[in-house]
Amino acid sequence: MGGYILKRLLLAIPVIFGITVIVFLIMAMIPGDPATAILGSYATPDNVAKLNRDLGLDKPLVARYFIWLGNMLHGDFGTSFSLNRPVIDEVLERFNNTLILAGTSFVLCTVLGIIAGSVSAARQYGFADKAITFVVLLGISIPSFFLGMMMILIFAVDLRWLPVSGMYAIYGGGDLADLIRHLTMPALALAVVATGVVARLSRSAMLEVLRQDFIRTARAKGVKESRVIWGHALRAAMVSIIPVLGIQAGFVLSGAVYIEIVFQWPGIGRMLVDAILQRDILLVQGGVVFVATCYVIFNIIVDVAQSLLDPRIKT
Amino acid sequence: MSAFFKLLARNRLALGGLIVMGLVVALALITPLLPLIDPDVTNTADRYLPPFSPGHLLGTDQLGRDLLSRLLWGTRLSLAVGFAAALFAAVAGAAVGIIAGFYSGRTDNIIMRGVDMLMAFPYILLALAIVAALGPGLVNALIAVSVVNIPFFARNIRGITVGLAHKEFVDAARLSGMSNPRIIVSEILPNVIPVIVIAMSTTIGWMILETAGLSFLGLGSQPPQADLGSMLGEARSALITNPHTSVIPGIMILIIVMSINLLGDGVRDALDPRLKSGALSRPMAATRVDRKDKPAARTQTDGLLSLENLHTQFHVKNRVYKAVSGVSLSVKPGECLGVIGESGSGKSVTALSIMGLVASPPGVITGGAARLEGHDMIGAPYPELRSLRGRRVAYIFQDPLATLHPLYKVGDQLIEAISCHRAISKSDGRAKAIELLKSVRIPNAEQRIDSYPHEMSGGMRQRVGIAMALANDPDVIIADEPTTALDVTVQAQILSLLNDLRRERGLAIIFITHDFGVVAQLCDRVSVMYAGRIVETGPTMAVLNAPAHPYTARLIACVPELGGGKRKLEAIPGLPPSVDDLPTGCAFAPRCLRAQDACKQGEIALDGMGPRAVRCLFPETNVAEETA
Amino acid sequence: MSIALQVTDLAKTFPVGKKLFGGAKGAVKAVHPITLSVETGETLGIVGESGCGKSTLARMLVGLLPATTGQIEIEGEALNTADPAAFGKRIQYVFQDPISSLNPRKTIRQIMNAPLKLLHKMDGPAREKRILEIFESVNLRADFLDRYPHEFSGGQAQRIGIARALAAQARILILDEPVSALDVSVQAQVLNLLADLKREFGLTYLFISHDLAVVEAVSDRIAVLYFGSVVEEGRAEDIFANPRHPYTKLLADSAPVVGRPISDPEDAHAELPNPLDPPQGCAFAKRCPHASDICRKTTPRLEQIGADQRVACYHPL
Repeated sequence: MGGYILKRLLLAIPVIFGITVIVFLIMAMIPGDPATAILGSYATPDNVAKLNRDLGLDKPLVARYFIWLGNMLHGDFGTSFSLNRPVIDEVLERFNNTLILAGTSFVLCTVLGIIAGSVSAARQYGFADKAITFVVLLGISIPSFFLGMMMILIFAVDLRWLPVSGMYAIYGGGDLADLIRHLTMPALALAVVATGVVARLSRSAMLEVLRQDFIRTARAKGVKESRVIWGHALRAAMVSIIPVLGIQAGFVLSGAVYIEIVFQWPGIGRMLVDAILQRDILLVQGGVVFVATCYVIFNIIVDVAQSLLDPRIKT
Repeated sequence: MSAFFKLLARNRLALGGLIVMGLVVALALITPLLPLIDPDVTNTADRYLPPFSPGHLLGTDQLGRDLLSRLLWGTRLSLAVGFAAALFAAVAGAAVGIIAGFYSGRTDNIIMRGVDMLMAFPYILLALAIVAALGPGLVNALIAVSVVNIPFFARNIRGITVGLAHKEFVDAARLSGMSNPRIIVSEILPNVIPVIVIAMSTTIGWMILETAGLSFLGLGSQPPQADLGSMLGEARSALITNPHTSVIPGIMILIIVMSINLLGDGVRDALDPRLKSGALSRPMAATRVDRKDKPAARTQTDGLLSLENLHTQFHVKNRVYKAVSGVSLSVKPGECLGVIGESGSGKSVTALSIMGLVASPPGVITGGAARLEGHDMIGAPYPELRSLRGRRVAYIFQDPLATLHPLYKVGDQLIEAISCHRAISKSDGRAKAIELLKSVRIPNAEQRIDSYPHEMSGGMRQRVGIAMALANDPDVIIADEPTTALDVTVQAQILSLLNDLRRERGLAIIFITHDFGVVAQLCDRVSVMYAGRIVETGPTMAVLNAPAHPYTARLIACVPELGGGKRKLEAIPGLPPSVDDLPTGCAFAPRCLRAQDACKQGEIALDGMGPRAVRCLFPETNVAEETA
Repeated sequence: MSIALQVTDLAKTFPVGKKLFGGAKGAVKAVHPITLSVETGETLGIVGESGCGKSTLARMLVGLLPATTGQIEIEGEALNTADPAAFGKRIQYVFQDPISSLNPRKTIRQIMNAPLKLLHKMDGPAREKRILEIFESVNLRADFLDRYPHEFSGGQAQRIGIARALAAQARILILDEPVSALDVSVQAQVLNLLADLKREFGLTYLFISHDLAVVEAVSDRIAVLYFGSVVEEGRAEDIFANPRHPYTKLLADSAPVVGRPISDPEDAHAELPNPLDPPQGCAFAKRCPHASDICRKTTPRLEQIGADQRVACYHPL
């Protein structure tokens, strides 16, 4: 097992390396002069040239890449000009907030999705199946940002149950209860789409598994139906559900961008959109590389979970 | 193609999706022709008019622009961008996927590493990075969304192509002189296109949502031009004061995406061949029973297990497949009954019907009884049936790799077979499992108990299958072609094991097979099935030495036997009838040399004296005489 | 008699597993060097159990799989390219699974046209005429031509597969388990058809099967394959009646035969050899009641024994 984890980690190194190359190349395609963007259009040519030198922009592309990579390996992601703050500090703080939101949603969508999909499959064509299928369809068809806006209108403005936006109340907040009150709506809005996808997949995976011969064997042994469904069938279905959970984590992280904007959540998605609009390249680069690296590591955890479940995967 | 539309139309939800989608597309197409106010004309005096205001059916936005006009023009834009993105991603992704999957090896490795790299990003990060590089704008958003989705298509199509590239028809095309590019175009592509269509129809909705999302963030369409996403984005600041400006475009997106998703599901179902046959429905815990005449719940029978006039059918759409039509048989303790027939003869369905294990839907038991010591199990309530399964009547199935759970250790599967009928402690269960493995002559049982099925050979797995059937000391074992998937030397081992077990334990065995040699060696009596009925039954050697039914006689004759040397074989002309369209009278008559007009009319009874019986008007040997 | 197919030291090794960096972890010898010859007009049967390398051998013979070492000569001409099109005109293949050997999205006419057009560059009318001739000889109706593969039963589909092989006008056919997917009553029809075609067109067959009785019924000579090697070769009427290799005897004794009492012909339950870690010496030694020290040390060579038999055993029966 230890060997397998080590192997997966080693294999991740070229992937992370590739990510930095892709991000760097995309950013290098940006037309125009970053120094001008930073200094504004009234900058003197001397100032622009000096800043370019300071930023290392007068060097060739390959050299710039390796300087950037080397600095990152030392934990130096550069300084954001729009926030006038080290990129890494901003990214860590923002990512932490996103993690609270996206993590909650991910747990919700995994648990709800698998349960809903399995119930739906076990009661195929029954009322529960039809109801779940309809709700799931609605879930995967509604834009999460629109859903979030409607939730604000109903639960915050109309019913006044929950706060409109933000992560903590401005006055007197800051405790866990306050966080949960602020977290409820965005986490739910974010979870809905992913829940739909997980539920659909779980349903079809369960239907596929329930037709297998080994399910018939279990029934022929006299195993109780509840154990056939929640033991034999779900366990086998998890083999095809788990890899999709890895992909879904990416969708939840992506959806977080919209939700953070709708609910004014101080997460990394909002930071990135602002940084793009401000053309704060170092902040965009640093943020993207950091989040993508975390996602790669998360997917390694998913693979390890998969190998624990399925003995046929050689460890 | 017309069959495809018929299938699509049968799915009411998909039809609804198609109609709504059609309406939206039609509206989008005729938008330029409609007498609408220019969507970009501002009129700050008329800001935020509510819906149903004079001159503005849906009201106006923050700059006093007509919402109806903006909505329709926005819909047009969103649809166009969504479709374009889906098409571009599908074509590019499919091309990459087919090349990687078909050429495999190094090409595949390099391409898929690149794809993996792109998939290592949460998709929006990549989209944001691309938009950041190209600058905000609708066309750039379209490019970003397409590029981000190419890996999904590429992976999906590659998987399908790898499967196809190993199909025998690709080898056959090679031997017909086709070059690789020609094979891709003429053999692979036609089989991949339905998958591309399915993938596209199920992702267009996504593409529309994603482009709308980028516009919502202000990175897609730029003012004054608006698609649905940017309308929502601009309206967000006035969400609380003027919700209608948000609600209207939001609902439009919902309607579009939902109708596309409904339609996409319909397209998938219509194109997916597995669903055509209704195969993707889940079998219930027990076969559905729908008997017109209910036989008595309890009677006296001479056999331990006996079937009385069993009828099992498969109801698929409007067709009724009469898999088993009126089978009666019985076994005594210590006796082995062989049931022999070709594929489609109903022998396996008969075996599975006994304990309600026929997949249902589509299977239905429509008549008859299966009695264990006189007690009918087909009509029994499910909890009772479950308690009999594996405890009194146990099964051994054909393919031991598919019939054992791949993720449980064989020991745990054995222990479960015991523990679902009686409480047993962990250590006792383990001891009993080891004992069972030893009883089926598995070497190193103490170690083997912790193996997974894939770690064992086919013969060893089938021994585990037999051990599992023996776990609760059942009275009857139903073995459904237990040696068909095994090599001949392994088959001999398994048959000898089964034979010993039955003598030691006095088991009654119903042995389903297509092999006369196996029947001859193992079974006391044999029943021959053809087209869902028993055509002949009797003591094994009597039937084999002097078959009475012409089918039995000709079937025995056309099987080559070892030691016969090179020769011309006796063949039976024609094909077995399809069980959804059985002829009246004898089902074998169209292939039978002895058939006369009488054979093709009315029911023919299974007639005979003592243990021998035959369902034939003109049998090869007279059973009555012979027994007398 | 001329030699139709001569195989010399043909072998195939597959790499298995992948190291983290660089090449393969190990290699599986699927086919050990095999030397065989088939005379014109003869049927050579090849029997063996699953995993013995019989399908690998067949795929090498038609160029679908490049050989690791060895030569293939067809009618005296060496064929050392791995291009199936070069093989196509000289040697053809009939597949085990008749349905999956036909592209589900092409009509039978399209399938039949391909070899005529690509291998023989025939024009439209000539192709049509030829297809009808072939269909006539395999007893298929001409109106089948415009149908799709899923409309056919296994037996019909296998006739179509045979018709396609005939269209290439090769004089040697590799029949890879051509009837094992079919029901017994249909099996006999196809086997008889194959016998008729052989007579009519003067074909040479290599017939691969796991079913001893079927192989015996159609073959002139039979080679028994075990763990990638030919362990015995001889005339069909002798080889199972009078086996000289203990494995051939085990096979013959295991086949269920009417009238023979049931018995486990193998007392020891030795597991099959592991292809990743092949045993030294004779691969059958672990299961063999006659095995001695030399068997476990060096691999026996295939040697002539009696008039028409060859056997690879130090202690032939």
